[in-house]
Amino acid sequence: MTAPRILEVRTQILKKNDELAREMRRDFERAGVLVMNLVSSPGTGKTAFLRETLARLTARGEPVAAVVGDLETDNDARRLAESGAPVRQIMTHGLCHLEADMVQRHLEGWDVASLHYLFIENVGNLVCPTSWDLGESVRLALLSVTEGEDKPLKYPGLFNTADVAAITKIDLAEACDFDRSLALANIAAVRPGMRVFETSAKTGAGLDAWLDHLAERRAALMGSHEPAATSPR
Amino acid sequence: MHELSIASRVVELASEQCRDAGAARAVAVTLRIGRLACVHDDALRFSFEIVREGTPLAEAELRIVHVPVTIWCAACAREVELPGIQRFACPACGTPSGDVRAGRELDLESIELADEPAAALPMEPAP
Repeated sequence: MTAPRILEVRTQILKKNDELAREMRRDFERAGVLVMNLVSSPGTGKTAFLRETLARLTARGEPVAAVVGDLETDNDARRLAESGAPVRQIMTHGLCHLEADMVQRHLEGWDVASLHYLFIENVGNLVCPTSWDLGESVRLALLSVTEGEDKPLKYPGLFNTADVAAITKIDLAEACDFDRSLALANIAAVRPGMRVFETSAKTGAGLDAWLDHLAERRAALMGSHEPAATSPR
Repeated sequence: MHELSIASRVVELASEQCRDAGAARAVAVTLRIGRLACVHDDALRFSFEIVREGTPLAEAELRIVHVPVTIWCAACAREVELPGIQRFACPACGTPSGDVRAGRELDLESIELADEPAAALPMEPAP
């Protein structure tokens, strides 16, 4: 019997996903489409936040679209479609996160290059989506005032991969005894320097600043024509 | 449980490598997993045992090497290892840093290959 041989492989386990995501990001950015991946717990208010974002961008004359992932039902796609933007539902049937090829399949038939913004609402989960690059230029982590200020410390892996954060349901802050400075300190502890927007889909608070930030992000992308620097996944 | 997806990719990748190398089976596979990768060892091992059935990895040992998180400290001008992942700041001088240099790994490091199928291994000598 010959001795076992050691084969040094040194390859990323999610290589297929990462390669596809890189290709998608290159194509999106060349076409001037800012793609954003929204991640949070279930119940943070991703859908309400995104519905308002889509409606307001549409009102500003920006071509936008969204895909939304859930284990089951197309309820969120129907809620998002109230904004007037084109929306498609990705049903994962039990899978806890989206992968790049699922997003790619659900974009078929859309003239994606004509968009200015494309939003991917991930499955509500603060663990599993962490390592899956979806070809986005920006990863947005959301946290609601009802969840507790220490969420970023409990899920540092995900918050650390985010490029920008939004606090949602800020209209409920007082009723929840939300400690704003503690929440901001916790976000800064796991992702120093990250921009945070304090928003309410109900009252519209903070959304104008958020939309202006999106416009700045897109302008930066149009200016560079190079794949924008994002955090390594 | 995303560990099942990760285990499937490991088995897929390693089986391909076995075939390309002309090996009959893998004796062991070694993964490097960063502390920020959000992968749970037990869930990964459990998933691995399910997905490896009927593949060249059917009897392979799964070895997991954990990679600590290191950040670049601009004040100290060096890479520093973090003792935990709740605070991204230099443990020596306290300067915050978002510049993560290691800890997100999700890599297939190496595979130990055997040229003989398991069934062809020498039998225990008869008493």
